[in-house]
Amino acid sequence: MAAFTLEFIVGHVNYWLFTVLMMTGLYIVVAKGNLVKKIVGLNVFQTSVFMLYISMGKVTGGTAPIFPTDMQIDPDTVYSNPLPHVLILTAIVVGVATTSLGLALIVRIQEQFGTIEEDELLEIEKAMAAEDTRLHGEAMGGLA
Amino acid sequence: MLVMTALAIVRTRRLFATAMLSGVFSLLSAQLFVVLDAVDVAFTEAAVGAGISTVLMLGTLALTGRVEKRSTHSPFLPLLVVGMTGAVLIYGTLDMPNFGAADAPAQTHVSPDYLERSPHEIGVPNVVTAVLASYRGFDTLGETAVVFTAGIGVLFLISALRRRRETGDSGNDRKGA
Repeated sequence: MAAFTLEFIVGHVNYWLFTVLMMTGLYIVVAKGNLVKKIVGLNVFQTSVFMLYISMGKVTGGTAPIFPTDMQIDPDTVYSNPLPHVLILTAIVVGVATTSLGLALIVRIQEQFGTIEEDELLEIEKAMAAEDTRLHGEAMGGLA
Repeated sequence: MLVMTALAIVRTRRLFATAMLSGVFSLLSAQLFVVLDAVDVAFTEAAVGAGISTVLMLGTLALTGRVEKRSTHSPFLPLLVVGMTGAVLIYGTLDMPNFGAADAPAQTHVSPDYLERSPHEIGVPNVVTAVLASYRGFDTLGETAVVFTAGIGVLFLISALRRRRETGDSGNDRKGA
């Protein structure tokens, strides 16, 4: 177990901040009934994960990993880690693709059921299932 | 400020404000990316996260409702789950190296290799571009495949909607069935 010195706390407070943001997003996804709100929560969660990754790639005193255009690289310059940047670039674009797909599904749900609230959707679904069971029972001639 | 914006998203029940706040959140995070030396990521986040996502969300809100209904569930169970997950995650960060440490495992494994090799192997000043388009080119190809698939999915979902509108079918036939 690491000792809680001031240096340790200052060095880790960024991770804790991003964890708090992540949990805020997760709370929105779990607790809110509106589907658009859930997508926003998912976005908040996603962006906090991006921030966590990018903060891992930061080197103190470093600069953005871009060389001078004449390629005369000063060996003393410290560059931050480019790999998290690459991964997160990919993740942002994939993230917006999934967001748009989710929003399109919401539009479809609204069109089909007339609501995007989770509670009302569950109720409609329950009513539909009960209706199906009743019809099935009638088709079996009361044997089912 | 990021935390405040996130909490405001939790509190507000007007979805228009929610969409705008999520744009604000993205823009603030883009600023944070600039501070953390990730300028390419900041560009993308500002354009995609704050721009396109907000526009898509506003488009969805135009087609659906604007106000969120109050949830009937008690918030205690979600809070408990979220609190426990957060506690476990924070426990996990206790073994992480300090922020900005140059001797962290992430900094000493393959990334110095990339930084060293890309100037004479690729010759592009921006290392992120070199890694993205060259060393990890197949990754980027897969990414475009994902975006393409998502685009097809969205087109199918939306075009079905337009077709039914043209035929005059209200589409609400199963409501309250």
